[in-house]
Amino acid sequence: MAKKMLQIKDLHKTFNPNTINEKKAIRNLNLTLYEGDFVTVIGGNGAGKSTMLNLIAGVYPPDCGEIILDGRLISKEKEYKRAKYLGRVFQDPMLGTAANMQIEENLAMAYRRGKKRGLRWGITAKEKKLFCEKLKALDLGLEERLSTKVGLLSGGQRQALTLLMATLQVPDLLLLDEHTAALDPKTAKKVLELTERIIEREGLTALMITHNMRDAVAYGNRLIMMHEGRVIYDVRGDEKKSLKVSDLLEKFEEAAGEEFTNDRMILS
Amino acid sequence: MLGAAEGAVIQGVLWGIMAIGVFITFRLLDFPDLTVDGSFALGGAVCARLIVEGMAPILAMIVAGLTGLLAGYITAFLNTKFKIPAILAGILAQISLYSVNLRVMARPNTPLLKNDTLFDNVRKGLKNAFGWEIGPNYISLIIGLICVILVVLLLYWFFGTEIGCAIRATGHNPDMVRAQGQNTNTTVVLALMLSNSLVAFSGALVAMHQGYADVQMGVGAIVIGLASIVIGEVILSRTKSFASALAAIVVGSVLYRIIIALVLQLGLKTDDLKMFTAIIVSLALGVPVLKRHLNVKKAVK
Repeated sequence: MAKKMLQIKDLHKTFNPNTINEKKAIRNLNLTLYEGDFVTVIGGNGAGKSTMLNLIAGVYPPDCGEIILDGRLISKEKEYKRAKYLGRVFQDPMLGTAANMQIEENLAMAYRRGKKRGLRWGITAKEKKLFCEKLKALDLGLEERLSTKVGLLSGGQRQALTLLMATLQVPDLLLLDEHTAALDPKTAKKVLELTERIIEREGLTALMITHNMRDAVAYGNRLIMMHEGRVIYDVRGDEKKSLKVSDLLEKFEEAAGEEFTNDRMILS
Repeated sequence: MLGAAEGAVIQGVLWGIMAIGVFITFRLLDFPDLTVDGSFALGGAVCARLIVEGMAPILAMIVAGLTGLLAGYITAFLNTKFKIPAILAGILAQISLYSVNLRVMARPNTPLLKNDTLFDNVRKGLKNAFGWEIGPNYISLIIGLICVILVVLLLYWFFGTEIGCAIRATGHNPDMVRAQGQNTNTTVVLALMLSNSLVAFSGALVAMHQGYADVQMGVGAIVIGLASIVIGEVILSRTKSFASALAAIVVGSVLYRIIIALVLQLGLKTDDLKMFTAIIVSLALGVPVLKRHLNVKKAVK
């Protein structure tokens, strides 16, 4: 079997403990990702999908449990330190880029992910050329607009750019938190195809949350379903290939019981 | 009247460096830093005391700038380590600096009339070396302009470097900066230190120009800085390059002083100046919002 890229062991996270707003977001989560796994993550609202990604990224610390990435225990490291190993794209297109800075400046920031920033010039001529090539591959015409402020781009363009930024330094793990949910269906499809292309070309390990069951089935080589803070269904390989949306709904019903009726609308 | 205008331009240039410092925190870092009132007086106090104690004025200015680094660090420390909100952290630093400044001077003010400042040195030097007779006001203006040019060049370079880019990005989107592997506490600390260092340096220049340092000299500096920024932005609203944006602030600072000189000539009492400044800033910040509001209403109709 391939190398273990990510191991999550007995992870717990409760928000607002001992208050009326207490929310057990992650309950005894265990998950292992192998190198090259492209995992789609589904689950109803509050299933703990985003919390899992944020715990991996270090936005907040877990209550207990371990996260091991490529053999390194990262769950105690600060968010900005872990960033060296992680590429992230968020649901909100605003979050991944600095709107008031140019496309090339944003890319230059990403190009230095995990490296010490000093008094060297923030962007070099050689890098500009590299960025130009990389943008050309996106096929959005952005290579002509290197010095355009990112705030002037559309949501889809921004997500494509964020995706490029997340993978400019090849990450050990790519975290995609519903990164197409804020886009119109046509743009979403384009960004998803781009995502797949980049993941395949770079041989990345990726976790992709999606609300769209069809996308969850269509993309990736593995699918996990989360419910109440843990993984309740994990399918890969040929079994995943033959998976249909109706199978997923059935699985969900089985696991979630009555709550399913509430979530049906959200999931469909 | 002409004399007043001349004085206004010099004041605008010397205070303009302080306004650039305010620009770094307010506009680039999006951190409303109120340390400024304290660090401006700190720069003046340190410079004046050191000159009185016999230090060369140019060294006294540099040391004053360095103490500004420290002032900025205190605010940044309170904000990043103790998690005190930006405004309160700045107020705490500002208030404590008031006591520090009294200690530095050992009294509420320090006159420099018996001592030569940098301006006096340069004026005498030029006279002795070349026989040039240049009025004290022009000396202040020339040295002020040289300092402004040096500061703009320095900042143009610094904010183009890797760490400078990270500081600018922190102001826009700290989440993104952390996701790109940069500690945002570090960028906040650096920006506040740099900003307050410039503010203190400006305080030193102003103290030398006016011939004394006073513990009260920084009161309202933050508002004057903001006024300069917003006036500069209105005047040069289409400017794109970073260097011209910085220069626009100094132009704004000069215009602010000219406006003040004008309204004083027209009969405004000096007691009402602070209120007048506050109204300028409020209007300048409020008008774009009002405009948008009106446009929305029109669109709805």
